[in-house]
Formats: sequence, C-alpha cells, structure tokens
Amino acid sequence: MARAVTTRRKTLTTALAWVVGLVIFFPILWTILTSFKTEAQAVANPPLFLNFDWTLENYAVVQERSNYMRFLWNSVILAGGSTILGILVAVPAAWSMAFVPSRRTKDILLWMLSTKMLPAVGVLYPIYLLFIRFGLLDSRAGLVMVLMLINLPIIVWMLYTYFREIPGEILEAARMDGATLREELLYILTPMAIPGIASTVLLNFILAWNEAFWTLNLTAVDAAPLTAFIASYSSPEGLFFAKLSAASTMAIAPILILGWFSQKQLVRGLTFGAVK
Amino acid sequence: MGQIELKQVTKSFGDVQVIPPLDLTIEDGEFTVFVGPSGCGKSTLLRLIAGLEDITTGHIAIDGTDATGLVPAKRGLAMVFQSYALYPHMSVRKNIAFPLRMAKMDKAEIDKRVAAAAEVLNLGDYIDRRPGQLSGGQRQRVAIGRAIVREPAAFLFDEPLSNLDAALRVGMRMEIMELHKKLDTTMIYVTHDQVEAMTMADKIVVLQAGNIEQVGSPLELYQHPRNKFVAGFIGSPRMNLIEGPEAAKHDATTIGIRPEHTRLSTTEGTWQGTVGVAEHLGSDTFLHIHGIPGCDPFTVRTGGEVALSHGDTAFLTPDPDKMHRFDAQGLRIA
Repeated sequence: MARAVTTRRKTLTTALAWVVGLVIFFPILWTILTSFKTEAQAVANPPLFLNFDWTLENYAVVQERSNYMRFLWNSVILAGGSTILGILVAVPAAWSMAFVPSRRTKDILLWMLSTKMLPAVGVLYPIYLLFIRFGLLDSRAGLVMVLMLINLPIIVWMLYTYFREIPGEILEAARMDGATLREELLYILTPMAIPGIASTVLLNFILAWNEAFWTLNLTAVDAAPLTAFIASYSSPEGLFFAKLSAASTMAIAPILILGWFSQKQLVRGLTFGAVK
Repeated sequence: MGQIELKQVTKSFGDVQVIPPLDLTIEDGEFTVFVGPSGCGKSTLLRLIAGLEDITTGHIAIDGTDATGLVPAKRGLAMVFQSYALYPHMSVRKNIAFPLRMAKMDKAEIDKRVAAAAEVLNLGDYIDRRPGQLSGGQRQRVAIGRAIVREPAAFLFDEPLSNLDAALRVGMRMEIMELHKKLDTTMIYVTHDQVEAMTMADKIVVLQAGNIEQVGSPLELYQHPRNKFVAGFIGSPRMNLIEGPEAAKHDATTIGIRPEHTRLSTTEGTWQGTVGVAEHLGSDTFLHIHGIPGCDPFTVRTGGEVALSHGDTAFLTPDPDKMHRFDAQGLRIA
C-alpha cells in the first residue's frame, strides 16, 4: 500500500521546507540588504530589516575603489579554465575506470578521494615553494592548474558514476559497428553522458569560483579573482560592513544567477549519479 | 560468404579456463545455434568470434582468412545483443545508419540501405522515433536492422529474444528464420532455450562447461544423443534416465526413454506406478508417474484427454526401438 499523505502533512512539510530554506538563505539575504544601507545603518542596533534609506552608494564606492571587471574576468578564467582542463583529463580517466577496470581501480578511486580529506594548508608550503620556483605566483596559469588538480578527484568520481550507468553493451555495439575509440567516445559515450557531464561542469565551475584558500594565498593583483576582491574589503583598519556586503553581493551574483538557471542539473550533480 | 573456423581456441580469465581447446567449423549460410545451460561458455564463445574478447590461444578464421588478431569491426560480422544495445540518443534511422556512417559510406547509399532495411523489417512507421519510444519487439527489430544494413559475412545473435514475452518471442523467432531464408547468410545464435535451438537451427552445438558435447542437426541430436547430457538437454519434456537394475537388463548403466516413446495403460505394462502431477496443455498431457524403479518421477507424454488423475495406478511400456543406452561414462552405446 502506498503511504497515505494527508493534506495537513503536506502543508506542514512544505512549511518546514520553506523555514529551512529561509534559514539557509538568510545570510545571503542579509548581505544583499546590508549592501543597500549606509555604514551607520549597517551596524545599527537593533538591526534594520527593510525600514532604512536604500542607497546605491556602496556599489559606487566599491566600483570606484577597485576594478570589479578585472576580478570578475579572473574568476571566469580560473573557474572556466580549470573546469575545461579537468574535464579533458577526467573523461578518458573515468572511461577507462568504468569500462576497462583493473583489479586496483576501486583503490585508485578511493585514494583519489582521500586526497580531498587532507587539509589544504598541509600542502600550502610545498606548493608555494613550487610556485616561486616556476614563477607561477599570481599567475592565472598556475592557479588554473592548482584549481584543476584540487577538483580533479571530484570530477573523475562524478563522471565515473555517470559512465557506470551506461551499459557496456552499447559501447560494444559501437565497436562492432566499426567505431574507433575516438568515435566511440565522441558519438556514443559523450552524447549519452551529456547530462552527467553538464552537472559535473556546473558543480566544478561553482567549486572553483568559490575557492578561497588557494586563490587568496597564491595571488596578489594580476590573477586575483572575486574571492580576493571580497577579502580586500575585510581590512583590519575598519569595519566597512556595507561596502563589504556590496562587494560580496557583486561577487556572488554571477554564480547565484548561474545556479538558479541550472538548478535541475545541479541537483543531479550533487546526488553524484545516485538517482537515475 | 561467411564460413567461420575455430582451431584449438581457448579462453581463460585469470587462472580459470572457461573454454578448453575447441575446434568448430560453421559453414557458409548455415544457421548454427549454440545451446547449453547458463554459464556453459556459449556467450563467451560468441564474443570470441565477434572479437569482443581476445582468445587466449588458438586461431579464428573467417572465410579462410585469419581473423584472430582483428578488431571487431574488421571481421565483417554483425551482432545483435540481448539488451538490444541501441543508441538511445539517436533516432531509429540514425541507429541503423550508424555502422554505415562509421564505414564512411556516402549519404545517398546510406539512405538507400536504411530504407531497404526498414522495408524488410517493417520499421517504416517509427523510423524517426527514439528507441525509448519503442516496444521490446520493435527495439529488437531495429537492432536487427542495424545488423543487416552492413551486409555482414555472418550475424551473431546473443540471446536476442530472452527479454521478450512468450508470444512475441515465437513471432520474432519466425521473423529471424524468415530473414535467414531471405538473406541466406551465416547466422550464429546463442540461447539457453532448447526449444529455440530445435526450431531454428540447421546445426546445433551443445555446450557444457566450455566443452562441445555434440554437434549436429536438431533431429540427429534428438534421435542419437552422444551422451547423457545431450540426451537430457535436448527434447521437452526431458528424457527419462533410468539407472540400476532396470538399465542392467538392457546391458547399460543408464537407459533413456523419451516421454513420447512410452505407452501408457491402466491395465498392463512393463512398469507400474502412481500418477502424480498432470500438466494439461490441451493438445498434450504430461503425466509425472511415481514409483518407477530408478527414475522418479517418470514423465509420459500422452494425448490431450486422459482418464487418469492424481493417485491412480498407471502402467508404462517403453518403446524398445527408441530406447537410448549409455555406459558408465555416460556415453551412448551403439
């Protein structure tokens, strides 16, 4: 018998979901609201919710003080570049693990994932030294590489789980039909895995966009993305909450809009191929 | 042309040998069925011929040319898979055209061949649909269509009907046989269903644990099974195998009597037993008789209308001319 869901129960669950959603979203909402306040209103006690004088002053100041477009462009390059590079490396890797597994495939996958459990700061020093040695400090190329490498385990894992859902017989049929390995990947595997690849790309783009540890530690000016842009407003010499909020809003807006339009793909991506 | 020859072919997965040295020749135009219980190596053998698995030792020749090291596409064979293995993101038309596209054939020729295949298999009405929108039978037809456009030297079928319901299976069986007559191309068909094997094959290869138990026409296998395994596997219901003193009377370790070669009586006969379960098929009835020495239950095929019911006494008399005798090794005694 199917579980009976009463209207009351449905209403309650919906209400609860909204409450949880709002609690999660509240800090973002508060940041956006604060960005339209004056510095004095931003720290007012009791806090002002909607009853304040709305102003765009903070955005003007932020725009004047720093070149938003340069940071944005760096974020796009770093997130986009590391994702594309990651996909190019991960598709063949995931293909081989999913369709021609060896006795050690599972171990390799687990080992790859285990590197994500290492605190990043543990390898900061060696990577910093390497960056100095190769002249990569504050360079987009160096950061694209680092971001690609830190997200690679997740990209490979996600693609691997998607590829595993594709029946091997279909690839064998393609082989019987005369497809070369390249044609098999191009005409059969990739089109069949498009939804999986799309959610992987999206998720990794967002992860790379939001990445702050490496981008803050390995950049200064030339390669600094939006994370550095936000950080530059949380200076110790004074609390400019309104301006910091304006900068944060500007930094998260693009990714928030991207996320909004790709919700469906993202949910699939976050469930890691568990839902067919 | 489509003669396939296997010479001393073996296959091992790690330390486990699944196909011991095996020789087999499949003649051009022949409909050959590999039959055997699950795990007997029949699908592996087909995949070795297809080139989807590498053979461990031995040689495979197709039309006299050594194909042992060739990749699947270069062997000129087409395969129909159990799961159909259609490309879900392509329309029926594109699915069928795919092998021709891979062969870099020009568009006009591709269109011509796809149209011809669609005509033969009645695919016209759903040529622009995707596989997901088709029924099991239609999908199977598309899979066959994709195989025939290439005009291969031989078709390989890997249990192609096992995902279909019983009625559709009989229909598709006829269609495949019709296709064989029409195309006159070598076909190798793998199944675990001996009825499919008997009805379709020119030649049956019975396999067990990777070994070929017997090769022959359906009637040869039915009338002269080489050993106890083939005797028990071919024919439905199964042959009754009797061991012990009753077999010794006929100078054999085991005697085999088919259910249809036994006379049933309510008054007299060689053996006496009690009627157990009766399977009424309408045209025939299969009676399971208990209490026959050396074989329990003993199955008898009789007419559609039988007066006997559960618990009644029945007398059985085997037809001595159609009795099969086997020695201690299970081999047929001539």
